Amino acid sequence: METQRWKTGSGTEDPADPDACDNVNRSDTRNGLAHGCAIPIVFGMVTELGHFALILAFLVAIVQSVVPMVGAHKRWPGWMAVAEPAATVQFLLTGFSFVALTYAFVTSDFSLKLVWQNSHSAKPMIYKISGVWGNHEGSMLLWVLILTLFGAMAAWFGNGLPPTLRARVLAVQSSVAVAFFAFILFTSNPFLRLAVPPFDGQDLNPLLQDPGLAFHPPFLYLGYVGLSICFSFAVAALIEGRVDAAWGRWVRPWTLAAWVFLTIGIALGSWWAYYELGWGGFWFWDPVENASFMPWLFATALLHSAIVVEKREALKAWTILLAILAFGFSLLGAFIVRSGVLTSVHAFANDPERGVYLLAITGVFMGGALVLFALRSGAMESTGVFRPVSREGALVANNILLAVSCFVVFVGTMWPLIAEMLWGQRLSVGPPFFNAAFTPFFLVIGAILPLGAILPWKRARLARSMSPLWGALVLAIAVGGLAYALTSGRSALAPFGIALGAWVVFGAATELWTRAGRGKIGSKLRRLGNLPRADWGKAVAHGGLGITFIGIAALTAWTVEDIRVAQEGESFDVAGYEVTLVDVQRVQGPNYVSTMAEITLDRDGAEVARLFPEKRVYPVAGMPTTEAAIDNGVFRDLYVVIGDPQENGGWAVRTFIKPYANWIWAGCIIMALGGVLSLSDRRVRVAGSARKPKAPGVPAE
Amino acid sequence: MIRAVLLFLLLALPAQAVEPDEMLADPVLEARADALDDELRCVQCRSEAIGSSNADWARDARLMVRELIAGGATDAEVLDFFVERYGEVVLMRPRAEGANLVLWLAAPAMLLLAGAISITYLRRRSVAAPDDGLTTEEQARLDELLGR
Repeated sequence: METQRWKTGSGTEDPADPDACDNVNRSDTRNGLAHGCAIPIVFGMVTELGHFALILAFLVAIVQSVVPMVGAHKRWPGWMAVAEPAATVQFLLTGFSFVALTYAFVTSDFSLKLVWQNSHSAKPMIYKISGVWGNHEGSMLLWVLILTLFGAMAAWFGNGLPPTLRARVLAVQSSVAVAFFAFILFTSNPFLRLAVPPFDGQDLNPLLQDPGLAFHPPFLYLGYVGLSICFSFAVAALIEGRVDAAWGRWVRPWTLAAWVFLTIGIALGSWWAYYELGWGGFWFWDPVENASFMPWLFATALLHSAIVVEKREALKAWTILLAILAFGFSLLGAFIVRSGVLTSVHAFANDPERGVYLLAITGVFMGGALVLFALRSGAMESTGVFRPVSREGALVANNILLAVSCFVVFVGTMWPLIAEMLWGQRLSVGPPFFNAAFTPFFLVIGAILPLGAILPWKRARLARSMSPLWGALVLAIAVGGLAYALTSGRSALAPFGIALGAWVVFGAATELWTRAGRGKIGSKLRRLGNLPRADWGKAVAHGGLGITFIGIAALTAWTVEDIRVAQEGESFDVAGYEVTLVDVQRVQGPNYVSTMAEITLDRDGAEVARLFPEKRVYPVAGMPTTEAAIDNGVFRDLYVVIGDPQENGGWAVRTFIKPYANWIWAGCIIMALGGVLSLSDRRVRVAGSARKPKAPGVPAE
Repeated sequence: MIRAVLLFLLLALPAQAVEPDEMLADPVLEARADALDDELRCVQCRSEAIGSSNADWARDARLMVRELIAGGATDAEVLDFFVERYGEVVLMRPRAEGANLVLWLAAPAMLLLAGAISITYLRRRSVAAPDDGLTTEEQARLDELLGR
């Protein structure tokens, strides 16, 4: 096995004396050096070099958090200039450290404690790689890698920033990195060795051995940690004592990028829960889910309020506050998840020491930034003047609704903790509470969104702005009515939610159409094509939200569920589908054993789907997982799950017909796409980098 | 966050929940029981309703819910039955009474507060005198640049 390890790793093994190396490697993987064998030394040392690089990155981060800050204060260009190369070096060192850890996972180096705990030599390669971040220590390393990546990107693309602001942004960003480097090195070091390397690993939690989950954490972290750069901009601006339209223009692309990643990350997690947990739920209001949802709500609010700063020089102090809160809640989320104060379906290893450390990080950065905010926000004079009924007013409403809905999630998540601390009373706050307390805010957001998005800046007349939207409203009501007619006798909630979603979608389409101006259809289309990408992005993102609304409303109200015992060969009817349990077999997978059923679904005598749901047992980790089989469709998912064998010889079979399920995640992806479109707008690129466009031309806007 | 990473606890429960042999024959009663399954927490699990948990305790609780309903208990009586034995922790939706009123009223109160603040803000912004945009410092720098 050890032979295998360095052979696969090197690929260029020394043909001269492979056996000598082999023996050395077998006898002692740690001290190949002492035996004078070149190749194992190099590859055995990769982990040590990775560890060393991490420590170096920590030191660079300390320098970067102090020197440019002093330089900016004293106006010393040389000191300020330290920030940029330091940010690059910090990123490269952390990147090397991450690659070293990945290498240890890929080559199954079980002399590393973390690899032994979370990997297994028989695991497919993709999950060996995703195993790097499928645990506390590795995921913290990924976290800090992304932190330094954003710092480096701010250095690379920040040439257009005033030098003092740039130095301060990079210094603040680096001080966050210092805290996390210290956290990793002192409490969660991924590079710890085992004195006696075991023969094989303990395997990654089988639930994490899934393509949806393999990429869920990196996206989520890009989102959480991406918000750190907004935080750094906010704190730097507070220190600088100046926030203007340019600041809004610099901050918005970063917020947008973080928001896009966060949206994708949350959608991936929700999609995974839908197909993996075996009953087709898509959101559980679990503390850990809430921990990811709160930064998303704040990031969404920040995205919108930064527009007001950029275009109208108003809402400055509020935008700064949102930037602080958005990242503050990312930190709080890290604390909630990793400290174990809130028991959750997703509990990590609970370690009080780590919890205290993370709470301290959260407290220092959030608290420090808020104190700074209290001291300096008075200087943020807004200059824009506008009437309450205006785009600015609508964006204020958007921000209030998002912030208060986030507050609901926050209070609900923390309430069990608060109640236990203050009254010693044990309580649960579950989905029924959140559904009741949170949903109304999003219904109102959906209701006012199309009108708010179309209101002119400064002052607006409601009747006039509403006039192009009447068509969309009538259409939306018609869609709702159709939904109601199709499902008489059920709750009115679904038709209402669907009408609301349709209103948002049609409203977004109407907005684009009115932006195209008057005239012949050809010229309208041409103007439509020439609209700035940011306008397209806005409409697409809003449309995506509407689609998600429709998906959630339809799935919640119209799911058909059938649970029964079926014998092999038996057929039964579920909502017009003839379901047949054809066969159940035992199948051997690479690192699991599976009970696989074959189930057909027929409609009107024709086969619609042939599905193979599984129940897997991973012997190494010793736990079962459910692999639902799903026939995805635009208008419905057919979702079947095989359960346990019954005493009378049959099998428990669950069949779900889930209408419009995919619209939920399609909507999220469309939202994210809208963000990407907006990010690709020429104006953002111009603002975000110093590179001037080569052909200025006459912009369409 | 990283629910992914942290799923360690799903350990016990690739949620399957309600088993066929537990269900009531009467669809109306079963629908009520099904709704109650989401309102009651499995006290041996981590923030999971009995309706989605595979734990033995959750199964026993589901059977008890059905037994009570079949015996003619109302939904409220079923909830009371569990609260009496396990305390309020068994309710997924905390009752809007006592200290929990704070939980239920926090959002509406916050909304009112935020509304009041923003109305004041919007009023102020709609009458604020547009300033000339430059501080004295900036004006001085501008004059210097323009050679005045």
